[in-house]
Amino acid sequence: MVKVLVDDTEQECEEGMTVLQACEQAGVEIPHFCYHDRLSIAGNCRMCLVEVSPGPPKPQASCALPISEGMAITTDSPSLRAARKGVMEFLLINHPLDCPICDQGGECDLQDQALAYGFERGRFVENKRSVGEKFMGPLVKTVMTRCIHCTRCVRFANEVAGVDTIGMLGRGEDVEITTLEQTLDSELSGNVIDLCPVGALTAKPSAFRARSWEVDKTFGIDVMDAVGSNIRIDSKDGRVLRILPRLHEDVNEEWLSDKARFSCDGLTRQRLDQPYVRKEGKLQAVEWQEALALVAQKTRQARARCAALAGNHCDLESLYALKKLLQGQGSQMFDARQGGAQFDPSLRGGYLFNTTIARVAEVDALLIVGANPREDAPTLNARVRQAWLHGKLRRAYGVGVRCDLTYPCHWLDDKPQRLLKIAAGKDGVFETLSMAKRPMLMVGYDALERSDGKEIWRLCGAIAEKAKMVREDWNGFNLLHRSASAVGASELGFNRGLEGVQSLLVAMAKGCVDVTFVMEADDFDTEALDRCFTVYIGHHGERTAQVADVILPSAAYTEKSGTWINMEGRVQRGFAAVSPPGKAQASWRILRALSETLGAAPAWNDLQGLRENLTKEHPELGEQDRPLKAAWTSLGKAGALREEAIVARCDNYYMTDPVSRASETMSACTRTRRELRTAASRTSASQASRP
Amino acid sequence: MPSAAPAAAPSAAERFSFRGAFAERAKKEIAKYPEGRGQSAVLALLDLAQRQNTRTNCVTDAAVETIASMLSMPRMRLEEIASFYTMIHRKPVGKYHLQCCQTTPCMLRGGDRIQRCIEETLGIRNTETTADGRFTLSQVECLGACANAPVVQINDDMFEDLTCEDMERLLAQMKKGEASKGMPKGMPKGMPKEVLKPGSQCGRRGAEPREA
Amino acid sequence: MLKDKDRIFTNLYGQAGVDLASSKKRGIWDKTASLVKKGRATIVEEIKASGLRGRGGAGFPTGLKWSFMPEHSTLPSYLVVNADESEPGTCKDRDMIRFDPHRLLEGCLLSAAGMGAHHVYIYIRGEFVREAEVLQSAIEEAYAAGLLGKNAAKSGYDLDLYLHRGAGAYICGEETALLESLEGKKGQPRLKPPFPATCGLYGCPTTVNNVETIAVVPTILRRGAAWFSSFGRDKNHGTKVFCISGHVNKPCTVEESMSIPLKDLIEQHAGGVRGGWQNLLAVIPGGSSVPLIPRTLCETALMDYSSLQELNSGLGTGGVIVMDRSTDIVRAIARIAHFYKHESCGQCTPCREGTGWMWRVLERMAEGRAEVAEIELLLQVSKQVEGHTICALGDAAAWPIQGLIRHFRGEIVKRIEGRRLAEQPPIAAQ
Repeated sequence: MVKVLVDDTEQECEEGMTVLQACEQAGVEIPHFCYHDRLSIAGNCRMCLVEVSPGPPKPQASCALPISEGMAITTDSPSLRAARKGVMEFLLINHPLDCPICDQGGECDLQDQALAYGFERGRFVENKRSVGEKFMGPLVKTVMTRCIHCTRCVRFANEVAGVDTIGMLGRGEDVEITTLEQTLDSELSGNVIDLCPVGALTAKPSAFRARSWEVDKTFGIDVMDAVGSNIRIDSKDGRVLRILPRLHEDVNEEWLSDKARFSCDGLTRQRLDQPYVRKEGKLQAVEWQEALALVAQKTRQARARCAALAGNHCDLESLYALKKLLQGQGSQMFDARQGGAQFDPSLRGGYLFNTTIARVAEVDALLIVGANPREDAPTLNARVRQAWLHGKLRRAYGVGVRCDLTYPCHWLDDKPQRLLKIAAGKDGVFETLSMAKRPMLMVGYDALERSDGKEIWRLCGAIAEKAKMVREDWNGFNLLHRSASAVGASELGFNRGLEGVQSLLVAMAKGCVDVTFVMEADDFDTEALDRCFTVYIGHHGERTAQVADVILPSAAYTEKSGTWINMEGRVQRGFAAVSPPGKAQASWRILRALSETLGAAPAWNDLQGLRENLTKEHPELGEQDRPLKAAWTSLGKAGALREEAIVARCDNYYMTDPVSRASETMSACTRTRRELRTAASRTSASQASRP
Repeated sequence: MPSAAPAAAPSAAERFSFRGAFAERAKKEIAKYPEGRGQSAVLALLDLAQRQNTRTNCVTDAAVETIASMLSMPRMRLEEIASFYTMIHRKPVGKYHLQCCQTTPCMLRGGDRIQRCIEETLGIRNTETTADGRFTLSQVECLGACANAPVVQINDDMFEDLTCEDMERLLAQMKKGEASKGMPKGMPKGMPKEVLKPGSQCGRRGAEPREA
Repeated sequence: MLKDKDRIFTNLYGQAGVDLASSKKRGIWDKTASLVKKGRATIVEEIKASGLRGRGGAGFPTGLKWSFMPEHSTLPSYLVVNADESEPGTCKDRDMIRFDPHRLLEGCLLSAAGMGAHHVYIYIRGEFVREAEVLQSAIEEAYAAGLLGKNAAKSGYDLDLYLHRGAGAYICGEETALLESLEGKKGQPRLKPPFPATCGLYGCPTTVNNVETIAVVPTILRRGAAWFSSFGRDKNHGTKVFCISGHVNKPCTVEESMSIPLKDLIEQHAGGVRGGWQNLLAVIPGGSSVPLIPRTLCETALMDYSSLQELNSGLGTGGVIVMDRSTDIVRAIARIAHFYKHESCGQCTPCREGTGWMWRVLERMAEGRAEVAEIELLLQVSKQVEGHTICALGDAAAWPIQGLIRHFRGEIVKRIEGRRLAEQPPIAAQ
């Protein structure tokens, strides 16, 4: 510990802290623009000047200066105030001051600090510099004249996102931030908007739609991947305007993936806003009573020949209600792994991301099996990159589809047979993993959604065991889920058996199922539904809705209060930001009404009651925001593997579910990415042919 | 007639590689730095690429691409560097690059008159290239030959202690010399000595006090 | 006046050849091994005792700087020679390189031995193409003669030396910007601490020294610290190469004793001010970044750190820019302001925004298109830049302007009022 004086108050600080951090710890806020605690230090805005003694006679940039024992820091003095005022004036002389038409207005660092340090009038009478707009893709809108050259965006792209397409060209007063008219090719690009302290980079999709102070802010949980990113849903006039990340150090830090941030326009398109019943082959709008009565009648007839399939976005409460409804009929046929991922949902240690997301930063050796963490969980992948950048992660190996992860990865093979070698413990990869202090294995859905997924899963377990990746203080076995409902459904016992969905689909195809409830699932082979009466509880008129016999319109994730469990087993709750459209209702409410119509009203009447029942049954799920504990149990002996290569199950990051598929923004992203990839392959082809 | 710089640099599809002496030199430059620090040679390689391109005397997109992959650097870093250093050109430059110093020590000794002389003789202004693509005029900052002011650097050579008459003579010589001899190929890219005599135009060897 | 026998740079004007044989005739590379063998500590002590201060502008004691280099480091140590000479008014390093390259190379070996460095990079400004060619062939000659490389000059000391060319950026003369540039990046100065001695080139211990600083080292070691410190006043020892440009009859570079009166320097070496001493308006005594001093102060000014500091100016690089009464002094400083605007790296706010602002105001003032109150504004802006930037370029941009206002405020006022009178509509005749 180091003792320093902050404005005459003694402060004990950790060694290696900067003066700015020491001041913040002492509760003294130091104004700054370029400094960001998750990025490298640039020290270029010169706003955070303080005086230190002993030290040079001139003010020092506190963001870059390390503390030393006995250092006396002065954070406020006439000369410092003058210095900051001076810097502020410099930042403003070429700033357009177009706050009335700037989307950053109201949440702008420059505005806020101008309030404290700005001059009361402008003294600059020369012509202001104007800078041309830059194209950065469909997500980031630029007004570069507003740029104050803090280089946060450049540092974020280089350091966190791992893309190098953004830079600062030129020098002196002519420096310009640019991507040279290229799209920012990253799944995390939207974060530059939050990082930009001024209105130079703003969100293109929500441009000019609202002033920041007139939006309603609601805390939610993202469902676009299984990270469980904490989000803030900003809405206006009952519509979701934009989604922003909310700080959670152990989950998403303060980052958010582009899909989570920008697919919200899909929430207002192709929505199911009233119940439908298929009459003479055509779906016709009906009242709730009629739809529910029909479903109840069919369910009653089917008795135990009912089944249910749930999608990736489902909240814990709805899954619980659906499970109860089916169990009430005597059925145990339900599952939420619509893509067919195979793992044992009764072995918690086998389906959690055991390492926990925060500790990914400690990883020193990594084996990726059938996953693309960059797309499956962009914010998690950024942590792996940090581990690499900080020199912790020394070796990363991959078995599966070769992809650019933003850090070097040695792709061993695309066939799962390579894992047998590793499991045999005789090759260098095994050596590296077993010698490592913090080894980690990530098995993803590209591997698990194969027909031999469970064997790959077991083999991964065997590798983890043999390489001693599961230890007292460390568990390196991880399942990298794509579905936000996967862990919750497993915890509730909604997922059943190693190959739950396959057996379910087989049963349906064989005609052993009379009524199938499909809850917010559209990404499976709907042909299996041909022989059953299909009840679709969902929010988008998509694949399943087209073949459904009854549609019960439900609320999307921003329209309901619900609980989700992320891949590491963290129970988190989100709140309804807006009302569902038309007559749509939260799924749990629909299911309760249906149970009542069936004459089997549950013991609970409201969300509170449902949750009480749920936690009575699953006490561990009552505790929020702490990863579930999982004891390690062997995953069993692996059987035969297929000789085929692992292939990517998802070919477009931007469109993976009904919401993102309905999003115009996501379709624009899809287009630009395709163009980028085509251009890149053309360049590499021309390079390859070079003599 | 003054004109904007000739057409833009060729597209990246046009391939670039260092040839002959340039390739050898590039290898030598990279070898100056410790293992894994080849990026240190970036300025040298950009300079070589520019010299090899005797057509437009600038770094083409294709050259940027090639150097980026030679040094394992992102393209954007190269673009940043190219835009930061004044001697790296991403837009075409004439065969004779007249760099006229205008900083105070030259200004005090008539640097502005020299520039005006060039402008009037060639009919171009600062940053412009003559229509035939032969001459580019750049007003530059201190060239570090202040005791020999005023100074104009033409390609690689300094022309010092200039008067307007000297400048006119030099321009006339360049126009003529160009027609008969052309520019020497390869590197270093200097003046054909028989055409122009670089250095002090009043007979000084260096910056010794001029004889009365 | 410095006697010829006391000159270090005996070929400053290129009277003799630059090749190894001719250089040896001038005493270069003479028993260098014995000097290297004095050992690191002795060399540093000798340089400290000589009172040598960095000749690149900042004037930091050289021996002290070398002593910051770690004694035992697992990392390689580097000596980087700053030959990025770009300060307006300065042209000394160029002449040392093109006419006396071996003196620099020998200095590199001895200095490197004094700081435990086995790798030297000489960073020469890109525009010095011919100078780089001369230096490169001298390096090749020295390698061929065994004066560089393994067991350099049979001293038992290994030294690798490479030439690195810049590509046009004044800021790369700032030591950390130079290191960035040497690493193949944009020349943007680094934040300090850490200082180069602990974390310099490639993160290794590094010392950056000016060409002149390094080139005088062999002579100091040969003739002794006492000899060197016998020139100049206390804290201002040695000989120094001055460059005299502008309105003098014979602009030149010349080696002289430190603390020589400015007037003597101009009159004895540069043929005097054009039109006589009385025709002098002002002098910028140490390169463009130091404030000018008017004629009255020039009378007594001594060319050393202390005297010029007392006059609110500085010795800087020793580049003396002389301006006679015909000079448009506001325009002359405006041109310097333009230089700094052009050379600002653009990294930090005060310099990026302030240099352009100051230049624009000065340009208007030169034409009288300004308000008198703007003089105060300009001064304030310069103070807002000064001391608030990452590197010293901000200060360098501010000081000449402060000097102008300090000594020529009246001239600016006259300019502004003159224009106002000229533009006033004539009073209608009755």
